[in-house]
Amino acid sequence: MSRIEACFSALKNNNKKALIPFITAGDPSLDMTVELMHVLTEAGADIIELGVPFSDPMADGPVIQRASERALLNGTNTDDVFNIVKEFRVENESTPIILMGYLNPIEVMGYKNFVEKATNVGVDGLIIVDLPPEESAEFGEVLKPSGIDQIFLISPTTRGERLDRICEVATGFLYYVSLKGVTGSNQLDVKAVDDKLNEIRSKTSLPLGVGFGIKNPQIAEDVGRVSDAVVVGSALVERIAEHSGDGEKMKLEISSFMRSLRTALDNIG
Amino acid sequence: MPETNKKSDTSEIESFMTMPDKRGHFGTYGGRFVSETLMGPLEELEQAYNKYKNDPEFIAEYEHDLKHYVGRPSPLYHADRWSKQLGGAQIYLKREDLNHTGAHKINNTVGQALLAKLMGKRRVIAETGAGQHGVATATVAARYGMECIVYMGAEDIQRQAMNVFRMKLLGATVISVEAGSKTLKDALNEAMRDWVTNVDDTFYIIGTVAGPHPYPTMVRDFNAVVGREARKQCLDQAGCLPDALVACVGGGSNAIGLFHPFLDDKGVSIYGVEAAGEGIETGHHAAPLSAGKPGVLHGNRTYLMEDNYGQIIETHCISAGLDYPGVGPEHAWLKDTGRANYVSVTDIEALQAFHDLTRIEGIIPALESSHALAYTAKIAPKMAKDAIIIANLSGRGDKDIHTVAAHEGITL
Repeated sequence: MSRIEACFSALKNNNKKALIPFITAGDPSLDMTVELMHVLTEAGADIIELGVPFSDPMADGPVIQRASERALLNGTNTDDVFNIVKEFRVENESTPIILMGYLNPIEVMGYKNFVEKATNVGVDGLIIVDLPPEESAEFGEVLKPSGIDQIFLISPTTRGERLDRICEVATGFLYYVSLKGVTGSNQLDVKAVDDKLNEIRSKTSLPLGVGFGIKNPQIAEDVGRVSDAVVVGSALVERIAEHSGDGEKMKLEISSFMRSLRTALDNIG
Repeated sequence: MPETNKKSDTSEIESFMTMPDKRGHFGTYGGRFVSETLMGPLEELEQAYNKYKNDPEFIAEYEHDLKHYVGRPSPLYHADRWSKQLGGAQIYLKREDLNHTGAHKINNTVGQALLAKLMGKRRVIAETGAGQHGVATATVAARYGMECIVYMGAEDIQRQAMNVFRMKLLGATVISVEAGSKTLKDALNEAMRDWVTNVDDTFYIIGTVAGPHPYPTMVRDFNAVVGREARKQCLDQAGCLPDALVACVGGGSNAIGLFHPFLDDKGVSIYGVEAAGEGIETGHHAAPLSAGKPGVLHGNRTYLMEDNYGQIIETHCISAGLDYPGVGPEHAWLKDTGRANYVSVTDIEALQAFHDLTRIEGIIPALESSHALAYTAKIAPKMAKDAIIIANLSGRGDKDIHTVAAHEGITL
């Protein structure tokens, strides 16, 4: 059983929702990213989504764009991201790690080479933002034998045959983008999310995560009630940026924000 | 003929005009590499475009506006004094500089704005580098009564104050993009973000043959009027097809517009000219086809300028309109098949051509177009006196006067 599958099945048995924080690798620094990952798990993260910085993050809002810029300014490259995972795995064998990024850094490394490196360091899933199922047959072939899950996004405008197709090819879990727009946007409508999740559930038994626009414990709780997992990105990355000058303060702040989300999710059920 | 002319394996391909396939692929290039949030809007756009592109009413309205508003057809002008001085082939200039707003860009914005109108979108957005596409979009938005937002890199806003003011005069809102390198590529990212957020009432008018399917095809189709006219004019005026076509390539919209109707005229050599900036060997250039490699950016697979880890790197050249790290996917395919040749000229060579055309023919060309002219001046002397070259004079140079003056240490 993969780490992601094991994670969701344990949560289900305990009647709990998955909390999935997102941070960008290399923001504020490579060393700090590993420390922050441990802070996240200690404060209740079930899965960690690690952003692979890219120069042109077309689907991201300003908060994550800037995180990506800071990471690149620090010289973060794809091999550094693998090293972060490797170092994290020295102390943590169980928390699933999902890399989230854009296709070009993978293309340039070569699909096979990328997947091999990801497998070796203990990556569990990949979200490649600009690789929709229509374009991912070749990559899927390379990825399949590795056991790493390819996690696809579903948006409010994903309908009909395309939705069927995504449900067919996805593994791990499905990531529902809760609103039209970029990461960190504003206008999440829980009723609309619930309706769409019910439609998706009629086509797949995979767990359903929701992200984009989950900024505070209240929204996390509301969304958690209708989903299996919530993804929190911009709200965390904002706190990292705010305290970039003071690592200890940053860790405290991240830890307390994560605990408030955990508590909110644990209120459900 | 010049040594760069390789037409090795083109004989195997029956027609070069059948691309792309149904999903927007030109061979291995093109496609639709976008986040799931954009897939729905792109499908909607593709369906609308497929519905209207052969609709007689849509075509009639488009052609009406090209004739009466843009001023088409643009002349095919025999630059005989310049041809004589170069001592070789006869050079014909396709005068896109004479269009309303001074460049080929308006062929596309008229088409996309009409499509937006039919789709019931009241707000149009655009990205712009030098400001030419922004001006062409602001112009048609005024003409069709639409709200217009133009995204422009903060760096470019500094460099192109006059075009920023032109857009504002036309009623557009110009939004400064502070992300990344603060240039065209970042403006495109930001426009995509706007589109995905406001898709219900917004149409994104992309200015070049890049972006996700169907943009490379749609923008090509709207610019292909350039090549269709040039082909007919050449037959009428010279009695034969040209021997060579030359056009500058940034994203590549003026070039594909000229090239496409000639792709199956296998006797016609095709040259796309990239900006070598300070020289390809210096790394300071904007020539992905000449010195880059295939990758994925802005929704399509194409040749890119990138570092070893796939991060997009900044471009350098004297002409803002060629400052783009990618290139339209059809050009990538035409390069690989060998049907078209991609070459480059430096800033200095382009400036020389700028001055030559101005002094010899009394036409001030855009610095972008000057790259095509510079390459034309290289090959013309090696060709017979009865050979014909059509060079695309894609825009007029008034906008570049300050750049040229500054380069020569002159304060205006």
